[in-house]
Amino acid sequence: MTHANKLKLGAIAAGTMTALLLASTSLATADTPADVLVQVGEAGPNSLDPMAPAANELSQMVAWQIYDRLVTHGLKTLPDGTVSYDVTKIEPQLAESWDISEDGTEMVFHLRQDAMFHDGTPVTAEDVRWSFARAVAAGGFPAVQMAAGSMTDPDMFSVVDEHTFKITLDAPNKLTLPDLAVPVPDVVNKDLALEHATEDDPWALQWTAQNDAGSGPFEVTSWKPGNQIVFSRFEDWKSGPLPEMRRVIYREVPSAGTRRALLEKGDVDVSSGLPPKDYAEMAEAGQVKVIGSLMQNEMFFVDMNTKIAPFDNKLVRQAVAYALPYDAIMSQALYDRGEPMYGADASSGYAPEWPVASPYDTDLDKARELLAEAGLADGFATDLYIDMSQTTIQEPMALLIKEQLAKIGIDITINKVPGSDWFARMGSQTMPMDINYFYGWLDYPEYFYFWTYDGITNAVFNTPAYNNPELDAMTRTALSLDGGAEYDQTISAMNAIVMEDVPRAPVAHLYSDIAMQQNVEGYVYWFHTNLDYRFITKN
Amino acid sequence: MTMLITILRRLLSAIPSVLGVIVVTFLLARALPGDPAAFYAGASATPESIAEVRSQLGLDRPLLLQFADYVGDLLHGDLGHSVSSGQAVLSDLLTRLPASVELTLAALVFALVVGMPLGVWAATRPGSFVDHACRLLVTLGAAFPTFFTALVFVYAFYYRLDIAPEPLGRLNEIYFVAPPQVTGFMLIDTLLAGDMEAFRSAFGHLVLPSISLGLFALAPIARVTRAAMLEALGSDYCRTARAMGLSGRHILFTTALRNATLPILNVLGMVFSFLLGANVLIEKVFAWPGIGAYAVNAVISSDYAAVQGFVLMMALLFIFLNLVVDLMASIADPRVRYDV
Amino acid sequence: MSDQTVSSTFLSDARHLIGQNRITFAAGILLVLFVVLAIIGPLVAPFDPTATDASASLAAPSWRHPFGTDALGRDVLSRVIVATRLDLGMAFGAVALSFAAGLILGPIAGYFGGWIDTVIGRFIDTLMAFPLFVLAMGIVAALGNSVANIVIATAIINLPFYVRTARAEVNMRRDLTYVEAARMGGNRPWRVLAVHVVPNILPAMVVQASLNFGWAILNAAGLSFIGLGVRPPTPEWGIMVSEGATYIFSGEWWTFTFPGIALVLAVLCFNLLGDGLRDILDPRSRT
Repeated sequence: MTHANKLKLGAIAAGTMTALLLASTSLATADTPADVLVQVGEAGPNSLDPMAPAANELSQMVAWQIYDRLVTHGLKTLPDGTVSYDVTKIEPQLAESWDISEDGTEMVFHLRQDAMFHDGTPVTAEDVRWSFARAVAAGGFPAVQMAAGSMTDPDMFSVVDEHTFKITLDAPNKLTLPDLAVPVPDVVNKDLALEHATEDDPWALQWTAQNDAGSGPFEVTSWKPGNQIVFSRFEDWKSGPLPEMRRVIYREVPSAGTRRALLEKGDVDVSSGLPPKDYAEMAEAGQVKVIGSLMQNEMFFVDMNTKIAPFDNKLVRQAVAYALPYDAIMSQALYDRGEPMYGADASSGYAPEWPVASPYDTDLDKARELLAEAGLADGFATDLYIDMSQTTIQEPMALLIKEQLAKIGIDITINKVPGSDWFARMGSQTMPMDINYFYGWLDYPEYFYFWTYDGITNAVFNTPAYNNPELDAMTRTALSLDGGAEYDQTISAMNAIVMEDVPRAPVAHLYSDIAMQQNVEGYVYWFHTNLDYRFITKN
Repeated sequence: MTMLITILRRLLSAIPSVLGVIVVTFLLARALPGDPAAFYAGASATPESIAEVRSQLGLDRPLLLQFADYVGDLLHGDLGHSVSSGQAVLSDLLTRLPASVELTLAALVFALVVGMPLGVWAATRPGSFVDHACRLLVTLGAAFPTFFTALVFVYAFYYRLDIAPEPLGRLNEIYFVAPPQVTGFMLIDTLLAGDMEAFRSAFGHLVLPSISLGLFALAPIARVTRAAMLEALGSDYCRTARAMGLSGRHILFTTALRNATLPILNVLGMVFSFLLGANVLIEKVFAWPGIGAYAVNAVISSDYAAVQGFVLMMALLFIFLNLVVDLMASIADPRVRYDV
Repeated sequence: MSDQTVSSTFLSDARHLIGQNRITFAAGILLVLFVVLAIIGPLVAPFDPTATDASASLAAPSWRHPFGTDALGRDVLSRVIVATRLDLGMAFGAVALSFAAGLILGPIAGYFGGWIDTVIGRFIDTLMAFPLFVLAMGIVAALGNSVANIVIATAIINLPFYVRTARAEVNMRRDLTYVEAARMGGNRPWRVLAVHVVPNILPAMVVQASLNFGWAILNAAGLSFIGLGVRPPTPEWGIMVSEGATYIFSGEWWTFTFPGIALVLAVLCFNLLGDGLRDILDPRSRT
């Protein structure tokens, strides 16, 4: 073998990597086209229809884009310049106008005459009736959401004429109209769906889970589950101004670091689901736009199970609420992407709103006193559970809590629960302590209470197994009232009860964060926290 | 004819393994935490609705009957439905398999192109500095956690240096329309569609993930090449060839390398199946739409059907692969006979 | 033979081996360092590896914190040092388990042959047919992410390599004259196997084990990356690297670089050592 040959071999070996890389040099891309939006998120939909069994949260995002609802909300600009949906303004979408009877039990909707489904067939009152009956009959989450607006029986929905639809309630409910604007009573193409209905699946849920049967501003052009979904504008959309985006690509990118890099490099327009640290840093750097909107009716907290010793003792719960390292959690786990919900002066009572800050703040002496009073001066050992799919925030928070509580003799073991098991764990009410959050689609404090503090509903979100008949009665009073002094008093009193009893120690009111290129305009915060592609523009 | 019988015997001998895999996966999937019934029933489930879903899914039946159901479905080619993707597991796997296989093959090509010359080079000067340096280099390549290398590559070549395309799957689908699926291999399909730009994009997207993966395979390939070359160079026929005055280059690249093919081929099968399993973590970093990312997600979300389907498919694939390698070996070297 | 000659042959042997393979020698020294660190780690770590410090989170390397601090203000140097024991311990545990199991199953299969060989062979084939990392994930997910379960999962996926090596080695020696002689001498099969055969396959098994160490460490790191690592706040290299890797784009390089270097050095050291041992103990398969 000659010397030259050896050199050649060496050159092949050493040069391969560089050569391969340089081959792709020219592929670094410019900005995305002006009428195309590219979003990357951690996960994607597993169904195109939220009615389908086991449909995930992203299916609601899809339904928001591809289906119309009877009504929607107007928008408002907040003092900080961000735009949010306006909970007080109900505006037309498929319904041009509506009449509500004096007693509030009859609602008549006049549909627009020119609305069409994506297959070109007109939207009729019969489609609406069938879709609503379907949402009630589908069971599970859709049925519960419909019931929040007192829509519990398919017979409540009727067709007056081709373009007039009527809802007849047993009793008036202030939540009914806003409940029509959430992505559950979506209007589905009845004839198209029924072509694919089977005996086992009379509502064609399996077909709509895989196919688009909507009349909304966007239609699904391609969907590769677990990879990406592509929407294109529905050119014949009549229920609002035509969106500017002609095509929207939503890509699933599981690695958060990659999602951040893609945005900072300008290869995507919008990046969602980043860790709070990334949002904080990118907001600081200012290269990309970070919009954080305080989530509606939301709270981030530490649960203490009122049925499990020693947390069945109110004093112990209060002790923990006084011991939590709130400031450290805000800065080191949440990177201040939220507002503190602790350390309030509650001497003059609580505001009639939710969330409200708790009167607790880090005070280890007080915590020790309370523990001693509870007969646990030497502390105890317990388990703290966190959701494995939320570890970016919850794990540092759990570590801070573990270290802090050790100072008052509480020895904590941290348990990570896989996302798949989290709901089952919550429902079983067997976790002594856990970190959790909840947000309500409908902006009423009692709606939050109904889901999370209520001993009668005892929903899966009542993780601390809290049961207080007095509170339950007040929740129902508030649900029946539509504003007014009595309503305000009730809410304030309810707030006082849960702050005194602390089945959960409030920590923060989180932002719904999203990051995008500077040229992306028109972001609107919605209660469901998903992006609404209708309003997005790029310049 | 003998070949056919060999193949049949090999296939038959794999049956116990496949059965074992089916049983173990079924039990393993059942042991995963989480209650699929509770998961299916959703956030607003009541104990009754969970029980209802459980009976719908057949999860309230005795384990043995569930297993019988599972095997019955398998015989009909039904791998069940994935909860997390909402699709049939078989179709999920079939759409995603080509992406993983393409990535693995590309990694293997990288490892061969780099590892074989290193091995040959080392073999020409055993015990020298070059030999040690090669060994250190390939061992170092295998000492990094794959996800770590992948992230560092993305950081360096995409984020800082800007010479690699965005780590977003197999093709820049914002500018290029994915070619009609013929083979499922992006490189081949783009060529078949005659779209050179898309081919370049697909190639560019393949570079970083396949190098991150291929680094792991350098060591075994370089090692076996070196050993095989050493043996071949020291053999009688090479000595004879040298004595006959053939040039060193000729001997190296024809006689010796040809005789080293067999051991390389043997190790290649092992390396391929190993890489196919190892790209699990790489796919996550590069948003690669393959089966590895799918499997990670399935295990984490206790997606029974998806876990079972994935493992079963991989097992069948490994068995098939070993068969292919053995057959190729017997073609490459007629002395090799398999009497199983 | 006097003591003097023994030690001098040993020394000259060692000199010879070292001269032949400096890399292996260097790896050996590195291993000693790691082992020392594993033993005295908690004593020499400057800080409590789990103590958080809100005022010093993500601080860059400094005199006070030579390796910087992580997101919770924990000293990275202390965590890297203290993690040595757990990381080496887990790898050792996994290797020891599969080594022991392989040393039982492999020789039985190789020596007795017949149906028991078939059964063990099929069992190993089945294991080999699994995508190994996913199998490990499944085991840890099913049993829970404790140190013991990670060790068990790693041991299970490595088992086939040990069983195969042991079986092949025993099979090769089964009919050698000295084994034959032992059999003829009236020894029972178990005794022949345990006294005359197994000791001779140990070198090959040790090589396999040392090559396996690095892989065991990497396996634990991979599990950490997908969230199936040991429980927080236990310091462990894999978890530190995978957590630190999330800061790669925000520039806090020290969070993943230092634990990464420790991890890579450990894996490298075991792999080189395994290589070297193979050359020394088993010149036949020298590559």
